[in-house]
Amino acid sequence: MAALISLEDVSKVYRMGDVEVQALQHVDLSIEEGEFVAVMGPSGSGKSTLMNIVGCLDRPTTGTYRLAGKEMGGLSRARLAEVRNRQIGFVFQHFNLLPRTSSLENVELPLVYAGLPARERQERALRALSRVGLADRADHQPNQLSGGQQQRVAIARAVVNDPHLIVADEPTGALDTRTSMEVMAIFQELGRAGVTILLVTHEADIGRCAGRIVTMRDGRILGDRRQTPLRADPARTPPLTAEATA
Amino acid sequence: MSPGTLARLAGRALGRNKMRSFLTTLGVVIGVAAVIAMTAIGEGAKVRVQQTFEAMGTNLLVVLSGSSATGGMQGGFGSQPTLTWDDLRSIQTELSAVKVAAAVLRASAVVQAEEQNWTTAVVGTTPDYLQIRNWGVSAGQKFGAEDVTSGTKVVLLGQTVVDKLYGPGANPVGRTVRIKMVPYQVIGVLARKGQSPMGSDYDDTAIVPVTTFQAKIQGGLGQFIPGAIFVGAVSADATGRAQQQISGLLRDRHRLGPGIEDDFSVRNLSEIASAQAQGTQVLTALLASIAAVSLLVGGIGIMNIMLVSVTERTREIGIRMAVGGKPADILAQFVAEALALSAGGGVIGVAVGVGAALLLAREFHWPTIIRVATVLVSLGFSAMVGVVFGLYPARKASRLDPIDALRFE
Repeated sequence: MAALISLEDVSKVYRMGDVEVQALQHVDLSIEEGEFVAVMGPSGSGKSTLMNIVGCLDRPTTGTYRLAGKEMGGLSRARLAEVRNRQIGFVFQHFNLLPRTSSLENVELPLVYAGLPARERQERALRALSRVGLADRADHQPNQLSGGQQQRVAIARAVVNDPHLIVADEPTGALDTRTSMEVMAIFQELGRAGVTILLVTHEADIGRCAGRIVTMRDGRILGDRRQTPLRADPARTPPLTAEATA
Repeated sequence: MSPGTLARLAGRALGRNKMRSFLTTLGVVIGVAAVIAMTAIGEGAKVRVQQTFEAMGTNLLVVLSGSSATGGMQGGFGSQPTLTWDDLRSIQTELSAVKVAAAVLRASAVVQAEEQNWTTAVVGTTPDYLQIRNWGVSAGQKFGAEDVTSGTKVVLLGQTVVDKLYGPGANPVGRTVRIKMVPYQVIGVLARKGQSPMGSDYDDTAIVPVTTFQAKIQGGLGQFIPGAIFVGAVSADATGRAQQQISGLLRDRHRLGPGIEDDFSVRNLSEIASAQAQGTQVLTALLASIAAVSLLVGGIGIMNIMLVSVTERTREIGIRMAVGGKPADILAQFVAEALALSAGGGVIGVAVGVGAALLLAREFHWPTIIRVATVLVSLGFSAMVGVVFGLYPARKASRLDPIDALRFE
C-alpha cells in the first residue's frame, strides 16, 4: 500500500533575527492510509513544525513531502489552501472556532471555501455535527458551549469535507481528563472509519490511544513504534495514574 | 466564493460592530451628502443666474453717458450727460449690428392711487425698450409709438406697484394714478419678471412714454439724454460687433481724437451674463471638490478601521486559511466589507443629500437642482473609495501566514 504521508529528508530552518533555528533536521517519516499516529515529545522538539508541514500550512526548507503521492513543496499558497480544504482536517488545542458564529456555520466553513451551495453545506454540516453528537447544539455559539463541546464542533469541522487526513495539534491540551477521553473516543471512531490521524500530544495517556507513537526531540525522530491502542472510555476515567495521584 | 456569500459574510461582519460600522461609514455619508447638496445648490444657482439674465433682456447692450473729467475730478459713468438724442437716432439707423435702441430715463417718484401711494422707479422710454427686454404685459396693452410722439399721459405699472397700490390680483387697467400730481391712465400691467442679477426688483417700476417723462416728470427738453440707451443687437453673436460699432460711431460723433478716453461706456450684458454663469459653474466645481475631499477623508477612515479590523481578526483569518480559504478569498472578503461600508455610506449619503437639497428648496426657497448624473457619479465614486481604500488592508490580510495568524493572541 502506498503511503499517504511520506517525508524524505525533510528539514525546516527558521530565521529568528540573526539566529537560525533548526526546527526539523533530516526527518524521514511514512504514514499509511488509516493509521492513527501520535507524535510525542517535549516542547521545542519540532512536533508542531512537523504537523504544520504535514498539514500543508508550511513548506519544508529542504527535502520532499508527498501527500497521497503528490509533491507538496512547490505548490503555491492558493494550491496549498485547496489541498487543505479537500484533503486535510485540522483540530487545534484552542479549538479555533469563529467567535459569535453558530456551531453549524463554523462547521460549514470549509464547505464555503469548497464552493458548495448553501443547502448542501447545511446538510453536510448537520451530518458532521451529529457524528460528534452535537446536532442539538447547531445554533449555539462557541461561548455557549463547554470546552469539550467546542472541541467536538472543531472535529465536526475537520471531518465535514471527508478528508483523508486529520491533523490534530494537542487537541486535548485545554481539556480535563474526562473530556479528553471523550474527544479521543471520537478520534478512535474516525480512525475505525478509515480516516488517517496525525495527533500531536505530550500526554502519555493520550498517546496510548493511538496505534503508533512517533517520539521526537530536537527536530529529529527518536523513536517510532506500533502499539495496541488503549480504548478511550470516558466512563472509566479518571484512571489512577501516578500523574493523577501526585 | 459567490458574490452572494461574500455579501452575506460582509453584512454579518459589519453587523457585529454596528456602532463602529456606522461611525466608519459616516465619513462617506457626509461626503456624498455634501457633494449632492452642493451640486444641487450650485446647479440651482446657475440656472437662476441664467434665468435672471434672460429676464434682463437678450442680446442686450447698455450705453451710458460718460465720465467727463472736470477740473481733475473723474466723474462716474452717467454723471455727466454726453449722449444726445441725435446719437440715439444714429445708433438706431446707421449701425448694421443694431436691431433696436431706446432711451431710458429714470426717476424715483411717488405713484398715487385712490387710496395708496408707493415710491417707485418711474421710467420714460419707447416701446422698443420693452422689446429689447422681452417684456410683455399681463393685462391691458403697451403704449405705442404714437403715444411717444404725442406725449400721452399713460402708464404701464409693474406687478409690485400694482400689488402695493391695489392689492395682489387686482386689475387696475383703465384706472388713474397720479405721478407728481399729474394724472395718468393705467393702460397695462407689465408681466412679472422677478429679481435682477443684482437683487433688485424688476417689477417695482412704472413705465411712461419718454416724451411724457421729459415733459411732466423730469422737466425740460435738452439735446442730451439724461439716462441710458438700451440697445438690442441683431443676434446673440452680434453683441460684440454692435459694441464696436456703437463705440466707433460715438467716438466719431463726439469728435474724440486718438488717445482721448471715451466719454461714454458700452456694456455688453450678454458677456456679463455668460461670465456670471461661468462664475457659478466654477463655484459649483469648487463646492463639489471640497465635498469630494471629505469623501476622500471618509475613505481614509474606512481604511483605518479595516486595518484595525484585520489586526483584530488575525486569528479568524488564520482559521479561514487553515480550512481552505485562499489568499484571494480573504482579499475578496475584506474588500467586500470595505465596499459594503462605502457603498452603504453612499446610498445613505444620497438620501441625506437629496433630503437636504429638498429641505433647502422648501424652507429657504433656494433653487436646487438634483441631477441623476451627480447621484450616479457620487455612488460610483463612493464605491470606488471603498475598493481603493479597502484594498491595502485586504491585501495585508491575504498575505498573512496561516501559522502566525493562528498563533496570534
